[in-house]
Parts: sequence; structure tokens; C-alpha cells
Amino acid sequence: MDINDLRSFVTVLAFATFIGIVLWAWSGRQKQAFDEAANLPFAEDELPASARSASKESHHE
Amino acid sequence: MQTEATYNYKVVRQFAIMTVVWGIVGMLVGVVIAAQLVWPELNLTSWLSYGRLRPLHTNAVIFAFGGSALFATSYYVVQRTSHVRLFSDGLAAFTFWGWQAVIVAAAVTLPLGMTSGKEYAELEWPIDILITLVWVSYAVVFFGTIATRKASHIYVANWFYGGFILAVALLHLVNSCEIPVSLFKSYSCYAGVQDAMIQWWYGHNAVGFFLTAGFLGMMYYFVPKQAGRPVYSYRLSVVHFWALIFTYMWAGPHHLHYTALPDWAQSIGMMFSLILLAPSWGGMINGIMTLSGAWHKLRDDPILKFLITSLSFYGMSTFEGPMMSIKTVNALSHYTDWTVGHVHSGALGWVAMISIGSIYYLIPRLFGRKEMYSVRLINVHFWVSTIGVVLYIAAMWIAGVMQGLMWRATNADGTLTYAFVESVKATYPFWSIRLLGGLLFLSGMLIMAWNTWKTVAGQKAYDAPVLAPAAGQHA
Repeated sequence: MDINDLRSFVTVLAFATFIGIVLWAWSGRQKQAFDEAANLPFAEDELPASARSASKESHHE
Repeated sequence: MQTEATYNYKVVRQFAIMTVVWGIVGMLVGVVIAAQLVWPELNLTSWLSYGRLRPLHTNAVIFAFGGSALFATSYYVVQRTSHVRLFSDGLAAFTFWGWQAVIVAAAVTLPLGMTSGKEYAELEWPIDILITLVWVSYAVVFFGTIATRKASHIYVANWFYGGFILAVALLHLVNSCEIPVSLFKSYSCYAGVQDAMIQWWYGHNAVGFFLTAGFLGMMYYFVPKQAGRPVYSYRLSVVHFWALIFTYMWAGPHHLHYTALPDWAQSIGMMFSLILLAPSWGGMINGIMTLSGAWHKLRDDPILKFLITSLSFYGMSTFEGPMMSIKTVNALSHYTDWTVGHVHSGALGWVAMISIGSIYYLIPRLFGRKEMYSVRLINVHFWVSTIGVVLYIAAMWIAGVMQGLMWRATNADGTLTYAFVESVKATYPFWSIRLLGGLLFLSGMLIMAWNTWKTVAGQKAYDAPVLAPAAGQHA
């Protein structure tokens, strides 16, 4: 086996890994975890109470 | 529900303010060299000549302005989405002062003509060592914060920031391998076409990871925050991340079309550049669609205008880039001002605008205020800079295509139709328009500086409390 077989193998392996990631991301089982993660930026207020009272808009549904 | 501990906003404040300062400095140098192309008499001394100021401009806007924006936003985002204070205050402070020292060293050595001659990696070896120390500290602070996080998930913006930090470390170490011959001079470890390939493997991934992945981290935090809704599709963002990671590393050879680089390597570079269109547009659509159902916010929120317009420019330049990597297109575009136009569509339209939008979001929050001193001035800034970018890139497109056509034109007997100097003469009007565009963009940054001053002056620095992990969500 020469070095080029190894290179081809690694390239195909990388491609298969990527396809695996796509299938994993689109499988329904990830949905709840992704929803939780997507809401991480909205978990808390960013302003001191004095500035906050002026803006009471809801951040997410 | 909130604990006494606060987030480390100090380092975020420092980097956020310096983003504005270095933005003005870097763009001012850009305006100077644009003027030098129109009026060569402005090359006053060797220190201030075009050849020395040009690398100063690129280093200042990419690493000083863009770098400060990346440090500021990544430190802010990783703390807030991990619900924990930065891993090490001391190391974080070292990254700030170390990075400022790198910038000052660049501003001194480049005009003195000290350079390793590698584009976007011109700084000489002692500065390269300092960059390495700062970057390792940055990685320790960032990944240390991730490792000690109180939230169970790692938010997608942090994946992009993390990928950017790791990739830039790898690129810097490999491309800066050099043999010092004196305190201020070194030579590359590599020779010939290998040196060229490693340089452009570095150069294109500086675009892909420094100027893209890091700023996509900004997009995935600040667009949802400013729009007030979660990202359009989280699973698309996951695939977006991995697709960029798997493809960007291969695109570098398109900088070396029709050179001594083997043809097959050029073709691989072209193919992977074409493939990059898919993840780039997937990410752009993901960012823009985050606004679906809230498009009306775009009408009167100038920060959102900056963020969404930056995504439009991201889409434009990631369409243009793959197109220019096609060998036959590159035969026309390479070495012309078209490349300069493409770069600025990305650098001003995408990188600068998403940074400006994010910094406008950050600054009031770092000083305990609801919003900037003047929202109207943000709107003025938005329109001044948008007109500036459009003037700039349109002028460079026309100039570039014209230059490419003039350089390749031949007479019936095979001689060149135009001398090179004729193409220079024909480009003058477009260089003037470019200067105007650059001046407008710089003016926008001055408006931002004034607005920042009015927002910050007399305000006490504010450090938000770290939220207890069990507190969950509340609006």
C-alpha cells in the first residue's frame, strides 16, 4: 500500500464522516437538544434593573 | 436567583473600545494608500510609502480591528452562553495587553520595512513568538471557559469561535516557520512552490477561519439576540459548521492558478472553492431567515440593518469567490483590481459591518445602558458606510475587468494592444471613486467613535451577574 492509498482512504473517510454528521443532525432525536441549545442566548437578562425597566420586550416565544 | 459572581466584562470592554480605535486607524491608512494611488506625490518618505503602508493597512484592519472585535465578542458570548465567568482573568488580561503590543509592534516595524514578505503574515519572528503566546493564552481562556460551563450544551457560536481559534493557531505555527538570521530578519523554512502553497494555504484559511468562522460566531449570537428569536435552523447551523471545517482547508491553491503549482493541485483548489458556495449560502440563509416573522424590525432597527446587510455582502462575496476561483475566470481577474473589490466586499461589507453591528449591541450593555447614545446616528453610520462599500466595490469591479481585458488584448500580429501604463492611466477615475468610497466608510467609523464616546463618557462600567444554572429562562 503506498502513501496515495492512505490519502484516498482519508479523503473518503472524511466524506463519510461528513455525511454521518448530516444524517445525525437531521435525525429527529436531536430535536430537543437543538431546541435547548438554540435558546441558550435567551436564558438571562443583560441589563441592570435600572435600565431594564425601560424595556420589557419578550425575547422569545 | 442570581449569584454574587459577575461576568468578566472588563476585557470585553477593553477589546470593544479598541475595535473602534483600530478600525479608525486601519481604515485611515487604507484611505492614505488609496490616495497615494491617485496622487503618487503622497509617497512622502520611504517610511510612508505605499509598499510599506499597504501591509500596515491589511494587518491593522484584519488583526487589530477584526481581531479586537473577535476577542471582545467571543469573550462575551462564551461567558454568557456558558453561564460562567471567564476561565482566567489574568490570562484574559494578558491576551488584551499582548495583542495590543503585537499591534503596536506591527505599526512600528512595517513602516521601517521589516517584513518576512508573506502576505497577511509579514510580521517578523520576534512578533510571531508574541502572537503565539497570546494565541495559546486565548485558547486556554476560551476552552477553559467551555470546559467549566454550567450550561449542558455548547452553543453553536462557540463552535465557530473555537474552530477559528484552533485553525488560526495551526495556520500561524505552520506558515510562520522561519529561520532568523538577525533580530529583525528571518527566512521561511520552505522554498519554491512549497513555500507558495503553504503561504496560500495560510492566506486563504486566514480568510476562511479568521475572517469567516469567527465572524459567523458573531452572526449566530448577535443576529438571534437583536432579532429576539432563536436561529432559524439549529441543525443547519451544525451542518454549516462542519461543512466549512471540511472544505475551507483545501481552497488555498486557487491563489496560485497558472503558476508553477501542479495543475492537479490548482484544480483541487478550484473544486473545493466551488463546493464552498453551498455551506456559505446555507449559513447566510440561516442568518437571514432568523428574521422570518420579524422582518418589520429591519425597518427601524439600524443594528439589525448592519447585521443583515453584512449577511447580504457575505452572500455576494461567497458567490463571487467561487466564481473567481474558476481557472478561466481567474485568467481574467487575477492581479487586477477585481480581486481588491472582492476582498473589500468581504472585508467592509461582511466583516466590518457584522462587527460594527455587534459592537453597537455590546457597548451600551457593557456600561449598563439600554442602547447607544444616539440610535439615529447608528442609522446615519449604516447609510454612509453602505454607500461607501457600494462605491468602492463597483469602482473596483469595473477597473478590474477593464484591466484584465486591456492586459490580454493582442493585435493581429500577436503584439500587445496596450502598454501596462495605459491600463494604469485608464484606472485613475476608478481609483478616485474608490478613494471616495473609502473616505465614506472611514467617516462612518468616526461617527461611531463619537457615538461611543457619548454613550460611555460618565457611565460606570457594568459587570452583569452570572446567572445560577438552575434559573432557567425568563424574558
